[in-house]
Amino acid sequence: MAREYVDMNVPVIEMRNIVKKFGNFTANDGINLTVHKGEIHAILGENGAGKSTLMNQLYGLLRPTSGDILVYGKKIEMNSPKDAIEAGIGMVHQHFMLVQPFTVTENIVLGTEPLKGIKLDMATARKNVVEISEKYGLSIDPDAKIEDISVGMQQRVEILKALYRGADILILDEPTSSLTPQEIVELIDIMHNLTRDGKSILLITHKLKEIKAAADFCSIIRAGKYIDTVDVEQVTENDLASMMVGRKVAFSVKKPPMEEGPVVLDVKDLHGMDYRGVEILKGLNLQVHAGEIVGIAGIDGNGQTELVEILTGLRKGTKGEATVNGVSIYNKTPRFGFNHGVSSIPADRQKHGLLLDFSVEDNLILQNFREIPYAKKSILQRRSILKHASESVQQFDVRPDNCEKRAAGTLSGGNQQKVIIAREVQNNKDLLIAVNPTRGLDVGAIEYVHKYIVEQRNKGKAVLLVSFELDEIMSLSDNIDVIFDGRIVSRVPGAEADENELGLMMAGGKKA
Amino acid sequence: MKNKKGILDFFAENTFIHTILSILLGFLVGAIFLVVMGLNVGEAYGKLISSVTSLKGFSYVIVYAVPYIVTGLSVAFSFKTGVFNIGAEGQFVVGSMAACVTSLMLPELPKPLLIPLCFLAAAAAGALWGGIVAVLKIKWGINEVLSMIMFNWIAFYLSNFIAGIPAIHNDGTAEATKNIAANASLQFSKDFIKANGLAPTANWGILVAIVLTVVIWFIIDKTTLGYELKAVGVNKYGAEYGGINVGRSILTALAISGALGGLAGSLQLMGMGNRISIFTSQEGFGFAGIVVALIGCSNPFGVLVAGIFYGGLTYGGSKLNLVGAPTQLISVIVGTVVFFISISVIFRYLKYLKRKPKTVPAGTTGGKEAAGK
Amino acid sequence: MTDFVNSLGIILFATLVYMTPLLYAALGSCFSEVSGVVNIGIEGMMTAGAFAGTVVAYFTGNPWIGFICGGLAGAFFGMLHATATVRLGADQTIAGTAINMLGPGISIMIAKVLFNSTDTVPLTAEQKIPKLFAGVFDTGNVFGRFMDNVFATYFSTYFVFILAIVVWFVFYKTRFGLRLRACGEHPKACETLGINVLGMRFLCVVISGLLAGLGGACVTMTISTQFRPISIVGQGFIAIAAVIFGKFKPHGALLGCLLFGFCSGLKVVLGGSGGVDMQLISMIPYVVTVIVLILFVGKSHVPSASGKPYLKVK
Repeated sequence: MAREYVDMNVPVIEMRNIVKKFGNFTANDGINLTVHKGEIHAILGENGAGKSTLMNQLYGLLRPTSGDILVYGKKIEMNSPKDAIEAGIGMVHQHFMLVQPFTVTENIVLGTEPLKGIKLDMATARKNVVEISEKYGLSIDPDAKIEDISVGMQQRVEILKALYRGADILILDEPTSSLTPQEIVELIDIMHNLTRDGKSILLITHKLKEIKAAADFCSIIRAGKYIDTVDVEQVTENDLASMMVGRKVAFSVKKPPMEEGPVVLDVKDLHGMDYRGVEILKGLNLQVHAGEIVGIAGIDGNGQTELVEILTGLRKGTKGEATVNGVSIYNKTPRFGFNHGVSSIPADRQKHGLLLDFSVEDNLILQNFREIPYAKKSILQRRSILKHASESVQQFDVRPDNCEKRAAGTLSGGNQQKVIIAREVQNNKDLLIAVNPTRGLDVGAIEYVHKYIVEQRNKGKAVLLVSFELDEIMSLSDNIDVIFDGRIVSRVPGAEADENELGLMMAGGKKA
Repeated sequence: MKNKKGILDFFAENTFIHTILSILLGFLVGAIFLVVMGLNVGEAYGKLISSVTSLKGFSYVIVYAVPYIVTGLSVAFSFKTGVFNIGAEGQFVVGSMAACVTSLMLPELPKPLLIPLCFLAAAAAGALWGGIVAVLKIKWGINEVLSMIMFNWIAFYLSNFIAGIPAIHNDGTAEATKNIAANASLQFSKDFIKANGLAPTANWGILVAIVLTVVIWFIIDKTTLGYELKAVGVNKYGAEYGGINVGRSILTALAISGALGGLAGSLQLMGMGNRISIFTSQEGFGFAGIVVALIGCSNPFGVLVAGIFYGGLTYGGSKLNLVGAPTQLISVIVGTVVFFISISVIFRYLKYLKRKPKTVPAGTTGGKEAAGK
Repeated sequence: MTDFVNSLGIILFATLVYMTPLLYAALGSCFSEVSGVVNIGIEGMMTAGAFAGTVVAYFTGNPWIGFICGGLAGAFFGMLHATATVRLGADQTIAGTAINMLGPGISIMIAKVLFNSTDTVPLTAEQKIPKLFAGVFDTGNVFGRFMDNVFATYFSTYFVFILAIVVWFVFYKTRFGLRLRACGEHPKACETLGINVLGMRFLCVVISGLLAGLGGACVTMTISTQFRPISIVGQGFIAIAAVIFGKFKPHGALLGCLLFGFCSGLKVVLGGSGGVDMQLISMIPYVVTVIVLILFVGKSHVPSASGKPYLKVK
């Protein structure tokens, strides 16, 4: 374990009684935190508990309303990330802060570029980047553009950005959210290597398994309040979970045995290109039956995005066939697919799922606004629309109350997702495609979303679940299809799935 | 949670009030310029007011306002549907020319036939001009702002070219087209104008502008078409996902916007201009439309009021030189108004003033100025 | 052959004259757009520059001071635009529209006060920006005439080509350029690296005004000798078009301006030959641009964060 590297006599970070208010909302309410040299310290809390807010203050992106931050025992005013960088703090953000059209080297040196006279010295920059990446065993391609490299490499670039600036203290904000199990293991190794070199790491996460695997200490935050700091070796995952949520949590999703019906979605030899015009789907076959949840497990970038886009009519395939209840939906419009049985919970709810500037009631009729009773002779029927919205908001518990006329963008992420689910469930189609349906949601909302997905299956609908959360795939799916390099490489019954085996298959290691 | 709302809170949160404050600040800045130039503020603003408040003056204002209102509607409609119709200028020009040519081709048609026909030709020409840009965008991904700038100039030279064709060109010395057919004119009868002391170009155009305002408001707010176009405007990815044909929507939006621009051109011609000159530079009606749409907060009824306001300033401004003040004062005032509308976020700070009631808030200063005008 | 060389000389002369102010403004626009701020106020900034340049040259008798003041006047309006859009998060289109009214409005109003006319008094030869290499070439022969047409041109034209190279260098070879491009793509990433995004953007918008102002001054201090309300009629928008055409790259903008200038040069020669109607010939630059876009250019990558105000939560 990494414990051996911790030096309890050297506190590197002390946050004392941190309070952060946004208007009337208190995001952090008197939080205390101490991190020692060589320590991996996890910050655990649900989405919206205030973890990122706390870390953004440590990194100078936000200023505390009150409270002190000490680095190596010295009080520091963090006015901007510049101060944090100078104090030796580096941060890897959950949403990567990488300039897409720039190269890896350019991204790493941005802000501290080596110069030769007035000219950028890219040769030296490249040399430094290669050196440091070799020193810490973080392999990258210094000349590749960010838009062309994998998520895993992007993350290594982010870590290198911090190390390049001489960071001794690294903040990793939800670093594993889009990594495979193997990549997660690698990341934990990297973290241990770093602590061996005397670095300290703050790990923000809501994944208990990772805390057990990586962290020495763990501080728990709930609803903006500091709960406790525990020695990770002394507690179980269940202890951590109940401290995080404040009650006992059920981990597994209950579902009755599958009653498999006829084939609803049938995909044959599907080929397609990604946005750059590179073939990414290379003959994919897939079937989903009525009453079945099929989970697609795979590393981001193996074709799942394109698969979903083709099935929902947002992208054209180059070859193959896809039918729903025997009707071809291949290379048709989104409208055609919708009319023939396809509904979906899209991956990006703010881009595809909702019109954030539109009211909740208008979002609820997105696909049906031309139809009776919402419109008659091309005139919108406001009363029917409002009635439908009021019923939906109540049935699906969308908050705040009476939000029918509010812009969807003013709702929290969980409630936005509820609006989408309300709409898609009521569309009552034979196939539901759900893509990362719980990304960024808190535990309560996740349970809620899972409940509705299982309910659709129990009603005899076919469900195609695409998710980067392997836990989610394993707990919901009746069958798991592993996607690798544009094909489904193996199918595992959900009940028999093993995380490590899936992980290997996702990395293309083994065919079951 | 609900605090008692003071008057400052109301001022701070209401966009309509923001517009009013911006207008007052515009006049304030105008006054500062007048003072710096050594001119009498009271006299200049007095002239501005007196020239638009008489019946005759006001009828001029309305005549001036009609094309502004309709180009304003054109731009406002485009804003609502997520495109920036910087091409209203070109649509105005082709619309105007289409109406002119139509009237010259069919001068014998009776009024009730010829006038609608001219409108139709203008709307069709404008819609075509807007539609081309949409097609370029949808088919080849060409930035619409870029192509609109090009098509504004193409329209400009095309109009000049047509005006030079012998069959169209004025028989006299004027570098312009022939006068439009009498049956295509929207102007009131000479007797009526004389009897009521109206502007010599007083015409029915304002009625058309009001009807168009209501129609556009209805389309945007009440119809499925409006829902569809607005959906594409706020989030084209979401709209596409929801089954809306995004390309077709953009085409429809730009065609309607273009039709309005074209109609504005015909209204100007048939109500006021009577003929089209060969110009050396763009007239700027499309540009005025952008300003009017912004002042009117892209709301059709707001545009109606803003168009009359702008018409009033233009007409009143043309009288400023009678008291020795430059006409361009109007551009400065309107520019300032638009500038403050763009930074109307500063008015939100008004609510923080209430803790120190002694301080005179910016709004009050503007108010004094308004009293002075 | 002689005719051809003569015509070519005239076309190139007109190309250079026409493209010079456009290129100043387009280079300026690159700064603003690439840093993430849409600046449709270029037109108004050019007008202000044209006016200030002529007036100062007229009163001081010194074209250099005039030229510089033209740039400063543009920079002043750039500062206004930057304050609104960068500091106060204004809608960039609305603020730009305001600049397009204020620039000409204030200029013409001051002209009215100073000269009691909307036009300024024409500059004398000494007050204009001088031509380089004037009289160097022997215009007695075809070759000399050609060289005279092309190379005996205004200082401002030579300067703008140097400037284009400098801007390219700044964009792609310096620290400032790397950061500037990053600000337009991912401002948040820049902030996390300690780069002052708002400061960068503010500076870039001011630079765009400065260069637009210089471009405006070129119009009224070279071929034309006085400022009139129609001195700047759409050149600012054409400059913006050239930047979009050039995919937001300084060298692309240069190409865009060259194409425009060349078509305008063609216009001069074709117009002189009679035959086709002048109005139709005048359409050539605009029609050619659209055709070139359809055939070769297509979609341009707009800087990702362009047009979106960057607001810090504190």
